[in-house]
Amino acid sequence: MSRRARLMFFAVAATGLAVTLGAGLAGLPSFGSQTSTYAAMLNKVAPLQRHVTDVVSAINFDYRGLDTMFEEFILLGAVAGISVVLRPLSDETRQLPADKAPERSIPPPSPAVWLLAVVLGSLLVLISLETFTHGTLTPGGGFQGGVVLASALYVVYLGTNYRTVARFQPALLLESADGVGASGYVFIGLLGLLAGTAFLSNVIGLGGTGNMLSGGTIWALNLVVGAEVAGSFAILAAEFLDQTAVIRTRRR
Amino acid sequence: MSEALIAVALVWVAVSGTAVVLTRDPLRQAFTAGFFGLALAFLYLSLQSGDVALSQIVVGAIALPLIVLLSLAKVRKDQE
Repeated sequence: MSRRARLMFFAVAATGLAVTLGAGLAGLPSFGSQTSTYAAMLNKVAPLQRHVTDVVSAINFDYRGLDTMFEEFILLGAVAGISVVLRPLSDETRQLPADKAPERSIPPPSPAVWLLAVVLGSLLVLISLETFTHGTLTPGGGFQGGVVLASALYVVYLGTNYRTVARFQPALLLESADGVGASGYVFIGLLGLLAGTAFLSNVIGLGGTGNMLSGGTIWALNLVVGAEVAGSFAILAAEFLDQTAVIRTRRR
Repeated sequence: MSEALIAVALVWVAVSGTAVVLTRDPLRQAFTAGFFGLALAFLYLSLQSGDVALSQIVVGAIALPLIVLLSLAKVRKDQE
């Protein structure tokens, strides 16, 4: 295609995009305008119906809980795909991690870094537990708490070395957290069918509004999502770390 | 007060987003992208969406830069 033809093609496409995007943006509610009817309604009924104070959690895990289930499986599929793509290939070998290889001497992290990692790592674990057990009360929930829990492992690696962090993340633990978390979502959904109502109905006792154990299935779903997301992100980091630290192309 | 906060957040997002585009070295870009993620989180927080802000912090400022850094380390090691 000649330069002229490509420019023509671009001009037509850009005009089409500008017109449709402009028309779409013109129809948006103005910045800072009142919230939608749906949002106003949920803000009113969610605390009464579901005994939660974080309405966003009620939407994600209850009113629109099915969407979140599919998102869980998108994450599971993505991480499984990454594990397959990043496996050691036939022309690659696993070697000693670079910081333990005999011909290289990399100074270990200073004690100050190590101390910071210990403090920060334990704080991250605490914050993640707080985030996904209080998903029904305050902003946050399974997803955010799960990623924070996985990031505690990154901090352990930054403060120590490959071997230490490998002890903290046995593949079996990470993979079962990932799988049990994802299937747990479906099993909690099936409770609704067992109780004789629809899939993912909130059939567990709701508890008192403002208590940690409140919101019924919303609370339980936050927990399984937390396990799945923590496992997923830890696997993700472990796969990339393996590629960087121990997997080498075999010398010919 | 809150409008001033939103204005600060929007300017921060614009500046740090431009900085990500203008950074040519991928290693430095991982850091500017992390700061851009924090700016976005601050914007969401100023618009009172705490849940989205938390997700943005954990993905934009932790997971994304980490994966970029590890990938860069892998590429450099293979070139040695």
